[in-house]
Amino acid sequence: MDLSSINPVVLIASLMVAATPILLAAIGELVVEKSGVLNLGVEGMMIVGAVSGFAIAVTTQNPYLGMLAAIVAGALVALIFAALTQLLMANQVASGLALTLFGLGFSALVGQNYVGIVPPRTPKLDFGPLTDLPVVGRIIFGHDILVYISLLIVAATWFWLNKTQGGRVLRAVGENHDSAHALGYKVTRVRILAIMFGGACAGLGGAYLSLVRVPSWTEGMTAGAGWIALALVVFASWRPWRVLAGAYLFGGIMVLQLNLQAAGFRIPVEYLSMSPYLITIVVLVIMSSSRGRRSMAAPGSLGRSFHAAG
Amino acid sequence: MKRRTLLTSSAMALGLAATMGTAALAQDEPLKVGFIYVGPVGDFGWTTAHDVGRLAAVEHFGDSLETVFVESVPEGADSGRVMTQMALSGADMIFATSFGYGPEINAVAQRFPDIAFEHATGYLQEAPNVSLYNARFYEGRAVIGHIAARMTESNVVGYIASFPIPEVIMGINAAYLAAKAANPDIEFRVVWAYTWFDPAQEAAAAEALIEQGADIIMQHTDSTAPLTVAQEHGALAFGQASDMSSFAPDVHLTAIEDNWAPYYIRRIQERMDGTWEADNVWLGIPDGEVVLSPFNDRIPADVQEEANAMIAAITDGSFHPFTGPINRQDGSTWLAEGETAPDGDLLGMDFYVEGMTGEIPN
Amino acid sequence: MLRLEKRPNPSQFWNYATPVVAVLLTMVAGGILFWVLGKNPFEAIKLIFWDPLFSEQFAAYSRPQLLIKAGPLILIAVGLAIGFRAGIWNIGAEGQYIIGALCAAQMALWFYPAELWIVFPLMILAGAFGGWLWAMIPAVLKTRFNTNEILVSLLLVYVAEKILAAAATGFMRNPEGSGFPGSRNIFNYSAASNQELIANSGLHWGVVAAFIAVIFAYVLLHRHLLGFHVQLAGQAPRAAKFAGVAPARLVLLCLGISGLMAGLAGMFEVAGPARLITIDFNSGYGFTAIIVAFLGRLHPIGIVLAGLLLALTYIGGELAQFMLNLPSAAIQVFQGMLLFFLLALDVLSNYRLRLMRPAPVTAPAPKPSTESV
Repeated sequence: MDLSSINPVVLIASLMVAATPILLAAIGELVVEKSGVLNLGVEGMMIVGAVSGFAIAVTTQNPYLGMLAAIVAGALVALIFAALTQLLMANQVASGLALTLFGLGFSALVGQNYVGIVPPRTPKLDFGPLTDLPVVGRIIFGHDILVYISLLIVAATWFWLNKTQGGRVLRAVGENHDSAHALGYKVTRVRILAIMFGGACAGLGGAYLSLVRVPSWTEGMTAGAGWIALALVVFASWRPWRVLAGAYLFGGIMVLQLNLQAAGFRIPVEYLSMSPYLITIVVLVIMSSSRGRRSMAAPGSLGRSFHAAG
Repeated sequence: MKRRTLLTSSAMALGLAATMGTAALAQDEPLKVGFIYVGPVGDFGWTTAHDVGRLAAVEHFGDSLETVFVESVPEGADSGRVMTQMALSGADMIFATSFGYGPEINAVAQRFPDIAFEHATGYLQEAPNVSLYNARFYEGRAVIGHIAARMTESNVVGYIASFPIPEVIMGINAAYLAAKAANPDIEFRVVWAYTWFDPAQEAAAAEALIEQGADIIMQHTDSTAPLTVAQEHGALAFGQASDMSSFAPDVHLTAIEDNWAPYYIRRIQERMDGTWEADNVWLGIPDGEVVLSPFNDRIPADVQEEANAMIAAITDGSFHPFTGPINRQDGSTWLAEGETAPDGDLLGMDFYVEGMTGEIPN
Repeated sequence: MLRLEKRPNPSQFWNYATPVVAVLLTMVAGGILFWVLGKNPFEAIKLIFWDPLFSEQFAAYSRPQLLIKAGPLILIAVGLAIGFRAGIWNIGAEGQYIIGALCAAQMALWFYPAELWIVFPLMILAGAFGGWLWAMIPAVLKTRFNTNEILVSLLLVYVAEKILAAAATGFMRNPEGSGFPGSRNIFNYSAASNQELIANSGLHWGVVAAFIAVIFAYVLLHRHLLGFHVQLAGQAPRAAKFAGVAPARLVLLCLGISGLMAGLAGMFEVAGPARLITIDFNSGYGFTAIIVAFLGRLHPIGIVLAGLLLALTYIGGELAQFMLNLPSAAIQVFQGMLLFFLLALDVLSNYRLRLMRPAPVTAPAPKPSTESV
């Protein structure tokens, strides 16, 4: 049992796969929170995506159609949340929790006939000889399409949030919805779209579990991934690239501790597993206490309902 | 209360219980039997296996049996409520299929002395109408341990364990002892996942083990994820609780299946006949409660033969997977030459046997 | 076009009418769901809402069970509601509940097997302290570093769950439990046991505590200066500052009270209905209580009703499952729908629904204040 038995290349390659579901869900939730909405229903949206993607993939025997279905299904359940919180002014925390409860039940109901079925395989992308390159081969050229798509979404989200007019509007809405409204921005419309985007990403993250990572359908198979995604957004201080870093760090800690165990190291698993959350709290404290760096803190209107008073 | 003392106290309880079931049941009324499951019936693992047993009983008894069930019942107060409501709805017999129902089942049983309670994998018997049943999964684990040892090329077996409890530790030891007997160079790598069911984490654990040189994966967690990972990496693997070969047709060597049907049918019959008595049984391969799925053709004929011989020996009682001399990991003697492990030792097992590396977390 | 117009004061009529309408709508939607699943919808609805309360077969048992199931929900929700009213969001009650239970259990285990009357009161103190302490972490971080309490309290739930797992399989494991996970049976240790006060009434100390908490919260919120401060801080934070409300003190107080009550709920649960510490001792009471708090409109009396209603759907849902062979998922969906309808219809008590025709010629132009974006 020595550390040299742990191959960093393989470690990185496998943590990328392990992190992809939470990365997808977290980047979606980041956009939602940037618009000033806290949706605690990530777990519910993920599992609805997981079951819908699985069902459609099995029916059509095409995993990509399944992923598409997961995106649509995630956005649709998110729409319930959007309707409650944006149109009917319901409390976001309670609505999000209700969405998770509903999503877990709904997915189980839909999934009853899909237990024990093997979905069509999602192949890894074929890069030909590139995959055999030392080091980079496995890390960069050894994955299925969703790993790349997730990275693409992170890049696109960063670009859109920071470099486009749409992104500026969304951030303005999240920082202070009253001023945004005064400027003539459509606060409610922006938020509904953001919530649907969040649902779509969470749905895709769920489908990654049921179609690529596991791949099979079982009730409750997301096993808390949605809650980790929520923590991740905070850990990342609402920045897309940090969500990526955070997801890989979370995934990395999990993969590393399993690898250390497999290599024969005695590690206190039960305590190590709480470390990501403790680290996140510390990061949160550092962020919120550093004055003058307001951009690192939570969006100003996070969790507050908006109703135009005129 | 220690397990061993329980075994005797339950024997005393039998006298009290013997009269319980004799109140003849009206023949035209079907016997009503309730099942309480800890997971969803579609978990493709533990709960599915119990429900398959229930359905087999329904099939067997036809109109003379009515079954009801509630799935995903949390352990604790909720389970007690579900059991009581079932009892009030007229159930004659209740099967509670999770360890954690123990305290509740005993409390409810005291309230309903005329109902037969059957508790899977439990250890508490505080009422004369509580019966315990469990399966000797370790017998199956010994068989797959042997197959693994004969088929590995790297001499490293990866083992995905859930929680450090006796049931799991017993399984690791049984598999290891059988493996070492067949291949002295064998090494077991154990990963504790601290979950019964988390597909993503189980997949990552399987990957880590394969990366560490394991070419055969065993699991004591419920999802099919480790099998698919094994298939992808060309490692071999074994199914858990039910035949999982459809998920990894090339590498699924066999699975340890839980087959509760014979026990359920027998006990329900006894309840119908009025001969039901509280008991504490631990059945295994000889009773058909632990079954190995059909062997994959990849297992060479001679290894299949050896495995079948082992199953036969366990069945006729000539072989016990825990037969001395066996030392504990620290070198102290556990079983002397020729001695077989007392059930109490197995049910409270908290140590690795000699030769195992690593430590049990605690 | 439908437009929402904020009411100056919440509508009294809709305050009472919306829950009833929501339940009726859920019955209809749920009935359709059960019908699609091939079950008799009327029977299912009757089993969920009627039988636990009035059927000859079940009611005598189910009615007290309502108290047992609703007790912790109400106790936690009342504490949360005080904070929610002040705009202080403790969503980590689940964690405080766990830590409270662990502290109380540890206290009991220290004394085991001594039969001293002091054990139970000490456990109450330990449980309250544990919950309070766990809630103080987000509170202090909030007042010191302005850290978002929603996120910290939520993250601490995961930490508490890991501690719970470590306790059940490790340091709190029953030494006489043959190595099985789980602590000693605290309910069976009579000095520590939270027994029913009147047999078969469902009334245990936790239920009593819940009702004391309801009265306490009612007096605090409606008869006490602090209640006024809480209200003010929630509705007009700036005005509250002028009125002399110290925000930091309020945060410490609100989080402290809610943590303390969650910890108490955990204590009464582990010493009573749950009997012992197990790996998954927490069954989501802390999260469900958040929903209960909102369904009860953050009002103590409303919370009592909401807690009882939710408990009814749990108990009736179980009945429906085994009487009709309904999957548990169907009940979960049913509960989800109930929550959706309750949350959705809430809008009617705070907003007026106005029907507006786009650019009518004769009618006066809509006032800008009624415009929803």
